[in-house]
Amino acid sequence: MIPELGHGALIFALIVALVQALLPSYGLIRGDRRAIASATSAAHAQFALVLLSYLCLSWAFYANDFSVAYVAQNSHSELPLMYRLAAVWGAHEGSLMLWMLMLSGWTLAVARYHHRLPADVAAIVLATLGAVSTAFMLFILFTSNPFERLFPAAVEGRDLNPLLQDPGLVFHPPMLYLGYVGFSVAFAFAIAALVTGRLDTAWARWTRPWTTAAWLCLTIGITLGSWWAYHELGWGGWWFWDPVENASFMPWLVGTALIHSLAVTEKRGLFKSWTVLLAILAFALSLLGTFLVRSGVLVSVHAFASDPARGVFILGFMTLLIGSALLLYAWRAPKLATDAPMRMYSREGFLLLNNVFLTAAAAAVFIGTLYPLFADALNAGKVSVGPPYFNAVFAPLTLPLAFLVGLAAVVPWKRGDWRESLRRLRGIAVAAVVVGALLPWAVYDRASLGACLGTGLAVWAMLGAVHEIWRRARSGHGISSITPAIWGMSLAHVGLGVFVLGVTIVSSYSLERDVRLGPGEETELSGYRFRFDGVVESQGPNYVADTGTIRISRNDREIAVLHPEKRLYRVQRNVMTDADVDHSPIRDLYASLGEPLTDDPSGEWALRLYYKPMMRLVWGGASLMAIGGLLAIADRRYRTVSAAQRKAVAALAGARA
Amino acid sequence: MTRMGLSAAMIAGLWMGAMTSAWALEPEQQARYQSLVHQLRCLVCQNQSIAESNADLANDLREQVRTQIEAGRSDQEILDYMSDRYGDFVLYKPPLERKTIVLWVGPFLILLLAAFIAWRSGRRTAKSEPSAPDQERLRRLLERENP
Amino acid sequence: MRYLIPIALVIVLVGFLAVGLKLDPRKVPSPLVGKPMPAFSLPSLDGSRTIDDAALRGRPLLINYWASWCRPCLEEHPLMMQLAARSDVNIVGINYKDSRADAQRWLARHGNPFGEIAQDVEGAAGLDWGVYGVPETFVIDAGGSIVYKQIGPMTVHDWQTEVAPRLGVRP
Repeated sequence: MIPELGHGALIFALIVALVQALLPSYGLIRGDRRAIASATSAAHAQFALVLLSYLCLSWAFYANDFSVAYVAQNSHSELPLMYRLAAVWGAHEGSLMLWMLMLSGWTLAVARYHHRLPADVAAIVLATLGAVSTAFMLFILFTSNPFERLFPAAVEGRDLNPLLQDPGLVFHPPMLYLGYVGFSVAFAFAIAALVTGRLDTAWARWTRPWTTAAWLCLTIGITLGSWWAYHELGWGGWWFWDPVENASFMPWLVGTALIHSLAVTEKRGLFKSWTVLLAILAFALSLLGTFLVRSGVLVSVHAFASDPARGVFILGFMTLLIGSALLLYAWRAPKLATDAPMRMYSREGFLLLNNVFLTAAAAAVFIGTLYPLFADALNAGKVSVGPPYFNAVFAPLTLPLAFLVGLAAVVPWKRGDWRESLRRLRGIAVAAVVVGALLPWAVYDRASLGACLGTGLAVWAMLGAVHEIWRRARSGHGISSITPAIWGMSLAHVGLGVFVLGVTIVSSYSLERDVRLGPGEETELSGYRFRFDGVVESQGPNYVADTGTIRISRNDREIAVLHPEKRLYRVQRNVMTDADVDHSPIRDLYASLGEPLTDDPSGEWALRLYYKPMMRLVWGGASLMAIGGLLAIADRRYRTVSAAQRKAVAALAGARA
Repeated sequence: MTRMGLSAAMIAGLWMGAMTSAWALEPEQQARYQSLVHQLRCLVCQNQSIAESNADLANDLREQVRTQIEAGRSDQEILDYMSDRYGDFVLYKPPLERKTIVLWVGPFLILLLAAFIAWRSGRRTAKSEPSAPDQERLRRLLERENP
Repeated sequence: MRYLIPIALVIVLVGFLAVGLKLDPRKVPSPLVGKPMPAFSLPSLDGSRTIDDAALRGRPLLINYWASWCRPCLEEHPLMMQLAARSDVNIVGINYKDSRADAQRWLARHGNPFGEIAQDVEGAAGLDWGVYGVPETFVIDAGGSIVYKQIGPMTVHDWQTEVAPRLGVRP
């Protein structure tokens, strides 16, 4: 019964979404105020129905209802509860339900904010979101129904892919989807700007917090994914330039450009058509990501079961949504163009340059990811594009960003003076060069140009961001005048510097060693002694494991004990590696079991050991960026709406109508 | 094949397959070995290098790499050996040739293009801003002090 | 009309993606097409003699890499049996990474379409031929050069459109 209830709820949700898309649009054309206002009620109803549907699916997992085909394929009665509930989004159909839950959630959030927007803008935003919801629900109901029954019901499920049976699964996809889907709000606001022909400071102010919120969720989602892969996959890698990873990274890069472009539009009323275009592009890349993961056009570790038929459907509605948006753009964007004069040596000039690099970086990832498809489609043969390409191309396009971050912090709006900038940054520049040149030598005894350059730029970015705070604190109004938005911005930029430092050091100074050790034998890596204490068999809830013990000591003092495992999951008969890591702020020590070298598991084993310096800075930096984003949206100017502001907004809307 | 699109073979392959033979090499040979196995694609897996996969074929290819390093072949000779048999697709790093020119040069072209477009946008002379007085009013009402 | 550029680019992209939906990104074409077949010298499956490439030159034939543990090989097997029954088609099998007993049992159970069978236990010959999965079928011309590689099980359609014309026989 419950699956049918879920199915029915989804069908009703589709109808509501269609109403949400059409009725306000009709209302706007006819000037019917009630039709316009129906958008918010529809948004509430849609969320309630989608939530109900999602909960019904979750219940099926909770109750081990193997008469539902999707549950039978992705769950098992021995699966721990946490993973049973997370398994809802473990495969294609359920992940779309998660997408819908997020989309209706964001729609609800916007609907609750609607009184701060002019009625027509709110209506268009909600109608656009309704259209996107309609497209996705049609897709689910027609091609990817998670509620399909299995006759006869399976006695037992096929179990969740063991790779996914890790805490990372519980958090990574929801955060990722929150981000992905959140860009639909920026998209909807862009459509509203194009339709109404009004794109002004107010519009930028409304759009910014939504975009920043989506961006920070995506930042966290990507970071979690990387962290998860690091722990789960067993060979110390944390980013693989896999097509699906790239599919989430491209919207992030464009989203970052969008945030910066919105800042300029809000402050100076410039870059209007660019901002709109970036908003459409960010969401388009989210949709493209959805397509790439599910259609089978690219080969990826992450891909859901590929089904070209589904691919056709997604491609179809993606073309419809984005095509309509871009046609609207071609028609209406010329009216938005402001042409206040802009000097290149100004904050807005540097933000423009910043966006140039971010867009080029996104283009690089895009070209690299899709090139195999382009080449194959043009009959130019099979081309393989992997990490060596991305690493080579991406670094030169993004390191300049670290430089710009530090520089732009001291360049004022409208008009800057390079001599003044030089004066202010002299100290920081010297510090960055000195630390960049010396730190690698001092800490790691050897240095490469890349390591010095990366370190120097990272220090420059961090100091530049801190300098901004210091400068404002010292100016007339003191530290209390610094708004959360400024704190957020500086923290995010510091985070960028930290991230660059982490990546530079880890890439330059990681050490790995494959060794063969018997119980009691030791080896040395980078000043740490690793002693292998053999392997014992242990039992997990749904697996059998060989658990190894490795004792790490330094200077004859034991500092850590690691327990890497080799797990055999009973149902799918897969062997999984679970590495173990000793973390510290300045280095990770990482151990993985390979295989027993004799038939006796208590004998010698092949092991892989890693020394990864500054690994935590990679995720620490990304986390700082996300926290910075959180601070930025917490700024009061987005939250309090005074009576005067409300009147002004209403008056403006009235004057335009 | 499971419906997840991760074949059972690949999942089983997520050991550190490279370890099966690498420990037998001298340190600088190990370094070459590691570098080479990260540059070769596993053809049966979904987007992994042979270093990361423990599919049978990946095992075989790794053994080949190890044997050839021990036999004194150069890195380029080993890579050529692989691409002679499996085509350029087995090389993770696409070679620079006519058909990959767009791939390698593209991003930098786009960078230059974007920079050019940006520079031109910035240079356009002022036109009158639409609804400037209204915008001013709204801006003053909505904005707090702007440091 | 620069505002039309984004939509134009999207249309081009969608075109590529649409074409991409029909392609299989997992299929890797062989660089050996057009080249003489790689040399090999393998024991026959029954162990009685050695089969090498030189002996196989002189007539067009199909070389089929197969294994008893390979499920898709069963899919193409009925077609293989049909082709084997024809006098104008010769199929040489190379048993890949398999045990003799398993291979012989498989043939006894399902039928033997092969004129001759070589045994590549270690996969060494497979490496030289660029084999990365089974089944794979190579079309060899009379001069001993590879003219086509069939990746995966051969369907009737593949036989009719790609293989038969290259063998010079009617489909």
